[in-house]
Amino acid sequence: MKRDFLMFLGFAIGILIISVPLSAHHGNAAYDTEKTITLKGTVTQWFWANPHCVLEMDVKDEKGQIVHWGAETENPTTMSHQGWAKTSFKPGDEVTVTMITVKNGKPIGRITEVVLPNGQKLAGRIVAPLPAYNPQDPAKQ
Amino acid sequence: MDKLPAMLKRFVVPELLLAGLMLSPLARAQSAQPQPEIPKNQKSAPAAASVDYDGWGRPIPEPAKDQKSTPALPHDISGTWDPANGHEDGGQFLGAKTLPVDGKPGHEPPYTPEGFQAYLRTKPSNGARSVPPTETNDPEIICDPQGFPRENLFQLRTTQIVQTPVSVVILYEFDRVWRVIWTDGRELPKDAEPRWYGYSVGKWVDDYTLVVESNGTDDKTWVDHAGRPHSADLRVEERFHRVDHDHLEWTVLIDDPKMYTKPWLAMDKFPMRLQPADFDVRELICSPSEYTEYNKVVGTGASEAADPPANKKDHQ
Repeated sequence: MKRDFLMFLGFAIGILIISVPLSAHHGNAAYDTEKTITLKGTVTQWFWANPHCVLEMDVKDEKGQIVHWGAETENPTTMSHQGWAKTSFKPGDEVTVTMITVKNGKPIGRITEVVLPNGQKLAGRIVAPLPAYNPQDPAKQ
Repeated sequence: MDKLPAMLKRFVVPELLLAGLMLSPLARAQSAQPQPEIPKNQKSAPAAASVDYDGWGRPIPEPAKDQKSTPALPHDISGTWDPANGHEDGGQFLGAKTLPVDGKPGHEPPYTPEGFQAYLRTKPSNGARSVPPTETNDPEIICDPQGFPRENLFQLRTTQIVQTPVSVVILYEFDRVWRVIWTDGRELPKDAEPRWYGYSVGKWVDDYTLVVESNGTDDKTWVDHAGRPHSADLRVEERFHRVDHDHLEWTVLIDDPKMYTKPWLAMDKFPMRLQPADFDVRELICSPSEYTEYNKVVGTGASEAADPPANKKDHQ
């Protein structure tokens, strides 16, 4: 039964690979906005600061190796409007983070949603995606 | 296999429903709503509520619906003002609100050839022309002052306006900077030393409209977050029109013949709503040390090229 549950937990994570683009103070140029991933990890640090808050966490990969992830949000003011706070996380918290990740494959992401140990969900800031753009194209002027 | 239908029922169907909910625009809109903090003795999250807080952590009252605002006093725009359509409305991450660089046609101001070349040299960190964090040449990103008029055109949030007999002082939330608009009848300086925030003078053209002219902004600043350039000849006209006691409209006109063939509106009657007198403004400050820390964990790594295949680690 436990094995079944774990199997389907993995499947569920796969299903949650969906298209949720977002933007922030720094844009998404470094990110693959086409999909999100969802990871469970242990918080090592919550950096509540400008220009972007950063949640650092350790995640065990499929080979059992610990990978240290950095997942950013927007600035504290913007995030606090959405219910986030300096006290939202503490080291040792087990969290489930959904995020887009950088194109270069490094363990860096931008959060679209976090589920806290108590089940509370905190939403990232989500805006519409941008079409490709070349300002030298006369049609765009 | 005989377990599959039961497992589908228990796990797959709920997850598909969850994924469907997350994909729906309604769910996204709702998920972006502010959520109250959970009291320490409460284990589960309460239902989402539209509660927002000021800088002191006190709830911001929602404006009463269908309540008519009283007329304002003449020659008075003082008070604490918030973007009327929510704090995101003044963000202008894609550039001036009237012309966001969102990849859609017709969203560029009328550049001169020199202005267009200057525009191509700017590398913003947001919008359809954005580059990775460490490749931007946006002076604001390294915590240089935004200058004027960019202070209006990026992160325009809660704004306090204070009036004295000879001036109007604007206190901005972002970076906690201020401008002084002299209303004592003086003229703008000629050939003044450039300043981050330039020089501003204002005149009341009627009981409820203050027109402000500004010049002398240092040309190393950007007009907006999209990297629209300006020269030392930039002139900016602002119109503060108090519609009634609770509402203010803020208009910004950019006039720089070196960079643009004609003046263009960067903010067009941007709506602001009056907050209570005891409203405490949040703190939003660009800090070089915090920015350095951010780059250590995220910015630098995000901007690097992918590892060569031999060194590439599987992180997932």
